[in-house]
Amino acid sequence: MSTEKSSIDLTKNNTYRSVKDKVFLWTVIVISIITISPIVMIIGKLVWKGFRQINFSFFTAVTPSTFEAMTAVANGEIIPGGIVNGITGTLLLVLMASLIAIPVGIIIGLFLYENPGKRYADLIRNLSDILQGVPSIVLGLIAYLWVVKNITQGYSALAGSVALAIMMLPLIIRSTEETMKMIPGTLKEAGLALGVPYYKVIIKVLIPSGISGLSTGVLLAISRILGETAPLMLTTLGNPMINWDVTAPTSAVPLLIWDFYNDPNMVDLIWSSSLFLMGFVLTLNIISKRISAKSKA
Amino acid sequence: MNKNIDVIENPVLKVEDLCIAYNKSDSKYAVKNVNVTVKKNSITAIMGPSGCGKSTMLRAINRMHELYPDIKTEGKIYLNGENIMKMDTIQLRRKIGMVFQRPNPFPTMSIYDNVIAGYKLNGIRIKKSERDDIVERSLTNVALWDEVKDSLHKKGTFLSGGQQQRLCIARSIAFQPDVILLDEPTSALDPIATSKVEDLLVELQKDYTIVLVTHNMSQAARISEYSMFMYLGDLVEYGKTDMMFTNPRNKKTEEYLTGKFG
Amino acid sequence: MKSDTITKYVLLFSSFIILLVSGGMIFSLLGDAVPVFEKFGWRFITSTDWNPTEGRESYGALPFIVGTLSTSILALLICLPMAFSTSLFIAEYFKKSAFSSIISSMVDLLAGVPSIVYGLWGFYTLRPFIVSLGLDPQGYGIFTSGLILAIMIIPYATSLSSEIIAMVPNELKEAAYALGATRMEVIFNVILPGARSGIIASFILAFGRALGETMAVTMLIGNANIIPTGLFSTGNSMASVIANQFGEADGLKMSALIAIGLLLFVITGVVNFVGKFIIKKLS
Ligand SMILES: Nc1ncnc2c1ncn2[C@@H]1O[C@H](COP(=O)(O)OP(=O)(O)OP(=O)(O)O)[C@@H](O)[C@H]1O
Ligand SMILES: [Mg+2]
Repeated sequence: MSTEKSSIDLTKNNTYRSVKDKVFLWTVIVISIITISPIVMIIGKLVWKGFRQINFSFFTAVTPSTFEAMTAVANGEIIPGGIVNGITGTLLLVLMASLIAIPVGIIIGLFLYENPGKRYADLIRNLSDILQGVPSIVLGLIAYLWVVKNITQGYSALAGSVALAIMMLPLIIRSTEETMKMIPGTLKEAGLALGVPYYKVIIKVLIPSGISGLSTGVLLAISRILGETAPLMLTTLGNPMINWDVTAPTSAVPLLIWDFYNDPNMVDLIWSSSLFLMGFVLTLNIISKRISAKSKA
Repeated sequence: MNKNIDVIENPVLKVEDLCIAYNKSDSKYAVKNVNVTVKKNSITAIMGPSGCGKSTMLRAINRMHELYPDIKTEGKIYLNGENIMKMDTIQLRRKIGMVFQRPNPFPTMSIYDNVIAGYKLNGIRIKKSERDDIVERSLTNVALWDEVKDSLHKKGTFLSGGQQQRLCIARSIAFQPDVILLDEPTSALDPIATSKVEDLLVELQKDYTIVLVTHNMSQAARISEYSMFMYLGDLVEYGKTDMMFTNPRNKKTEEYLTGKFG
Repeated sequence: MKSDTITKYVLLFSSFIILLVSGGMIFSLLGDAVPVFEKFGWRFITSTDWNPTEGRESYGALPFIVGTLSTSILALLICLPMAFSTSLFIAEYFKKSAFSSIISSMVDLLAGVPSIVYGLWGFYTLRPFIVSLGLDPQGYGIFTSGLILAIMIIPYATSLSSEIIAMVPNELKEAAYALGATRMEVIFNVILPGARSGIIASFILAFGRALGETMAVTMLIGNANIIPTGLFSTGNSMASVIANQFGEADGLKMSALIAIGLLLFVITGVVNFVGKFIIKKLS
């Protein structure tokens, strides 16, 4: 046997293998850096080009008319006006979508948590997963068919919020169920053992102890819908003025970006609006990460 | 030189001033200044209470610690007089095989492929007939051939724990190493499987040098020729196993062997 | 006791909302797509003629189906090596180190960029870059859209794949190292076979994302209602054609757009179902 031992000789191939190993490592590193470079370029571009336009009136004034913008551009001035109609519109849409999706999502999440392993609950969970994969433009079509055509008889903030709410719903359902699963079962049992009615256990025990998980889920869901453009094009249409009427057409920041992009006179405004939108989304992301990190620590 | 530590002439393995810390930045050593020599074609047992550094020391011998950048290893280890720290890891691990505490056959490979995994992973091309030979011989060596010869192309994970562990030993000897390191190879096995593995190790020491970490004192007594006793990262005593069991030189060794702690 | 029963029923009834929404969705889409299918039958899917001119109306969705599939497949192909390398970076090579958390938060940031911002960046940065490389004089088309889609779906593929790669047990990797394998050999012989189905599922789900993306593609694909003839040809996707032509649509054209929405719903549904099914089988 000892003669055979020496017959396995690796000296011939191991330099080649080590080199191959190193080359692969460096390929991975280089490709990874290329992969993340767009985010650096995107944020860089937004800050670089958008910063100049962000001023006080950006947050207080409504969008300028094409003519105002054209004059300003012709004179080499900063385009007047702002995007306050978009900001208020986005707030209105997000607020209403949240009012619809958060309570419903949490209750359905609780239902799934209460009925683990049941066939019907599995069906609901799977449907919710499928809903999460539905393209947002299709949800726009749905909200158009349901709300614009049948309820508000015209483009409306309500229609947009319905589309956004359907987007949020699966995310909230899932995060509720996951959060509830993390809460020790004894907590719930302790409450029930004291004879407290179950709905009170939910309100007083389950939701408070899962609050950080729930709010993380809600914030992530909101940050997911903030930048949605396509479904709003089919539902809320846009509005040059501030609007708080849920049955009327409304603007939103991403819709404004789309309008600016299509209007050669206002094209300078796309960067500041995008910067604002990105900043908003990122802030929500960071806050939700903080919350979940804190609760884990 | 510590009088509680025997020195072996012409050792296969020679460990010099080995110190290992799990955290580069702190000075908490899991293995402290170990000097030891290992006899060729014999079974050497490493004993000691849990957390004393047995696995840590064993894993240094085939430089497993290098996979984890936080771990700091100091000192020298010689294999047949050659400093392993200067060897190519591929070459080193080809000469020093390792069997782990929990059986870990590759779940995506068949039994057959598990046995010749060393060849496959190292990109060594051999003829089919030669491959078949190696598989049969290695599995026969670990007394597994008769049990699995009809299911060679099934996944290794379907075997029982004891069979899996023997498969892992086969995988290691198929590659013809000089030294086989085993970290509590029988701790996950029942008494029957354990005694099969023990018989196998006794058989294997004719061709290989075996270093074995064990918690099971009677196992060490049954099969090992030499024993180390470690305590809190120190090598306290090293010598012939029967001497150590009948006449321990250190008080800690005696307390451990008589079951006062552990 | 009584209140507990009520609570139970409230939970149960709320779950009907999901049934209603999913069922209603299919019902509404189907209902409004009927006219176009009645008129054109299978030709709606197989015809390439898209002509809304009154009197000569003809609606064939094939160019958009091909546009969606080709941009998404291209995105998947580009995304594959990138997401794969990034997952290895995060979950294997630099596991638990600061490098890995930097890269993985950057990948998370990529997931947070709104589609329309990707469109802008694609239009103002990527498109000129492609023009300056001399790949295409205009810079619009399948390639540019596929590239931007790839960047958009990378985070989805990466986060799931890296989770699955990180789950491959250490003891298996050690077993391979103990046999003398190099890191790359461990990756290809132990980690990948072990994580294979999870990685495939993550790419399927990422592909599902690409199929439904609207804004960025709309801004880059060129919006030409033709079957793309090559990598740099312009075209149109299912989602884009809905977004572009919805405003002026009514009657049969509206029905055609809704039918496209239905097709998109079905295709993404099937793709997502397959991906989720693989993942369920894993756990
Ligand atoms: N991965 C690790 N990171 C940090 N410290 C570790 C690690 N592994 C082991 N240690 C520490 O190193 C010391 C020695 O551990 P080692 O695993 O070598 O003990 P052992 O003798 O093999 O114990 P056991 O009999 O339980 O297997 C212990 O104090 C342990 O806490
Ligand atoms: Mg150990």
